[in-house]
Amino acid sequence: MNTTNMLLAAPELWVLTMACVILIVDLFLREERRGIIHMLAMITLIFAAIITLRADYLSEGLRSATAFNGSFIRDPMGDVLKLFSLFVLGIVYIYSKFYLRQFRMFRADFYTLSLFALLGVMLLISANNLVTIYLGLELISLSSYALVAFDRESKRGSEAAMKYFVLGSMASGMLLYGMSMIYGATGSMDLIQIADAISTRGGDDLLLVFGMVFLVVGLAFKLGVVPFHMWIPDVYHGAPVAVTLFISSVPKMAAFAMAFRLLHTGLGELHADWQQMLSLLAILSIVLGNLAAIAQTNIKRMLAYSTISHMGFVLMGLLPGTASGFGAGMYYVIVYSVMSAAGFGMVILLSARGVEAEQLDDFKGLNQRNSWYAAIMAMVMFSMAGVPVFVGFFAKWLVIKAALDAGLVWLAIMAVIFSVVGAFYYLRVVKLMYFDEPVTESPIEAPVDFRAAISLNGVMILGLGIFSSSLIAVCMSSFGA
Amino acid sequence: MLTLAHFLSLGAILFCLSVAGIFLNRKNVIIILMCIELMLLAVNMNFVAFSRFLGNLDGQVFVFFILTVAAAEAAIGLAILVVVFRNRGTINVSELDDLKG
Repeated sequence: MNTTNMLLAAPELWVLTMACVILIVDLFLREERRGIIHMLAMITLIFAAIITLRADYLSEGLRSATAFNGSFIRDPMGDVLKLFSLFVLGIVYIYSKFYLRQFRMFRADFYTLSLFALLGVMLLISANNLVTIYLGLELISLSSYALVAFDRESKRGSEAAMKYFVLGSMASGMLLYGMSMIYGATGSMDLIQIADAISTRGGDDLLLVFGMVFLVVGLAFKLGVVPFHMWIPDVYHGAPVAVTLFISSVPKMAAFAMAFRLLHTGLGELHADWQQMLSLLAILSIVLGNLAAIAQTNIKRMLAYSTISHMGFVLMGLLPGTASGFGAGMYYVIVYSVMSAAGFGMVILLSARGVEAEQLDDFKGLNQRNSWYAAIMAMVMFSMAGVPVFVGFFAKWLVIKAALDAGLVWLAIMAVIFSVVGAFYYLRVVKLMYFDEPVTESPIEAPVDFRAAISLNGVMILGLGIFSSSLIAVCMSSFGA
Repeated sequence: MLTLAHFLSLGAILFCLSVAGIFLNRKNVIIILMCIELMLLAVNMNFVAFSRFLGNLDGQVFVFFILTVAAAEAAIGLAILVVVFRNRGTINVSELDDLKG
């Protein structure tokens, strides 16, 4: 084991450096030149992606490589998730710039905080040790709390931030308590050594099972699955759309990686125990998320409940504990991030002159105002509902197939039934756009980079669906399936 | 003679107290912040106890990280608290109810 192999963490080090550089550069910039910050942030993402792509360990024929005494791991799964995090964050920045300018919140804080959150995401994806997992998670959480309160004059924003902070900190506490139990039972912080200790000593240790329960509770809080979902609708609703857009997309990929590393790499021997817990959480999320979304009139809350049900599907991918199951879960979480970015991007697009388009009625007659944007939104909704041809269908199909292969037939049946229930509220948006009269005739304006990004995002949802096999193959091969 | 079980019980009691404090408290947000700190300290107690009785230093190193993060967390929490107070003029928990649905 090479302890000084710092180059493996080069993408993280680059992001850290640039986040600090942006923090300082902003001090010397006048207000009207803030665009430079946006450019710097985009450059950060592009170079981080290039550095991530230069994965030297793969050319040496290794499946994975560790650094910092095994606390940091580079493997294909992590690299793919990191590349998609960078890509989605790039889209988020383009959408957010338009939003922040319009709402007079174009400050560098947004970029530094989200870059630190990105650092946390990348660290968490690569974490191979309880300490790094905790640090990555806290980096994401602390930056997100501050981001939710980003609009300092907003009553709703500050309330959402407070709720998020309290529930998020409690979740971290639960997770830590679980970690302390696992440390006590195995005597190690390293996930691989934990797995070794469990396999030699057997998994029926009370302390260990106790720790695992707390760990799963903490994880469920962070993923936002029922019954630990209370914060999601409030935070999505209260935060500025640009922030909602961020926290609904990028950190989900890190949460998936964290669940995989903790549950499979660390506690793989306890698979039967956590499978039961996760299947309950998954089914509750899919049922409750889809039912509660029907009752919403606010699109941010509706998408929040839809997130809860999507996270239920991601958990379904984790349940079987097989390589193809993990591949399906990873595919789902990537696809979900892309769809969610497009969905909230549309909300930003329709927001005009300091008023957020957060009601479903704001989408009325969108087709008459601009048929291309209506088509993009329709694709997002069809994809989230899981209509074939669009990418969301393949994600749902793979996850349900993985659950069936593992013999979880009742779970698969419930998932299919409630996907159909969920189709109702997604298709309601499509109906509003195409068959209702517009409330306002004002044209929809957006800068060219925004239009390009949202078009690319919409086309991706269709394109990844039609040519779905390549991304599926990438996800599956990350786990050797 | 104090055994590991004593320390773990103390940790568990502190942890339960802090969770109860978060859920039962309906009056003041600052008390919630204090409960969160208590929760992290309860975890620290566990880590130190395990570290001592396993003869393994990792747990104590983790405690330093937790203490540092707890400080950062308290800073963010208090900053949010100030924003809440400025916007709403109150830090009463039961009055934080604008977001529903």
